[in-house]
Amino acid sequence: MMLAATLALMVTLVLVMVRLVLGPTVFDRLQAGSTIGTVAMLLLAVLSFLNGRPEFLDLAIVYGLLNIIGTIAVLKFFKHGDLSDPGMPSPPER
Amino acid sequence: MMMLDYLVQGLSWFCLISGGLFCIVGGIGLLRMPDLYTRLHASSVIESLGAGLILLGLMLQSGLSLITLKLLVIVALLFIASPTATHAIARVAMLRGLKPVLHDKDAS
Repeated sequence: MMLAATLALMVTLVLVMVRLVLGPTVFDRLQAGSTIGTVAMLLLAVLSFLNGRPEFLDLAIVYGLLNIIGTIAVLKFFKHGDLSDPGMPSPPER
Repeated sequence: MMMLDYLVQGLSWFCLISGGLFCIVGGIGLLRMPDLYTRLHASSVIESLGAGLILLGLMLQSGLSLITLKLLVIVALLFIASPTATHAIARVAMLRGLKPVLHDKDAS
């Protein structure tokens, strides 16, 4: 059963990767990259059970944290064109 | 006691298989949807329903231990982080002027 879940996740990975290559805009590619990160997390969790090595779960947690940070950073770059941009305009002085 | 074991194993298998099916469905949706904003829906199927069901199946397999706690941490991380990322992507795409498809190109 773990093997079936692994195969399903791998098929999903291939489908999402096709969208990553095809994607017309940068946001499509970014979304596909974020989804690939999620599927890779799930794959790590299932593989840890398949191999009987629960240390892989820690790797899955770290992968998820890096995934969200990377997605937000690339989004900020494409929104402002600069990673050190403060983002919001400062509130008016009164 | 034996009966309960079989019940938990069956429930875990059901969760794993249906989670995998939902992941494949989300992947197909990600390929076939016409537009960025509809593709976001398809990928959130993977990130909420597929991931939730697969991790629930793994939790049922592992019993009550530290592994379950780690799986719970993964579930919490996914359910907080992936909607945030999806929302941010949709917002930035809207701000950059990417318009959603409002009509069917083949129909008209």
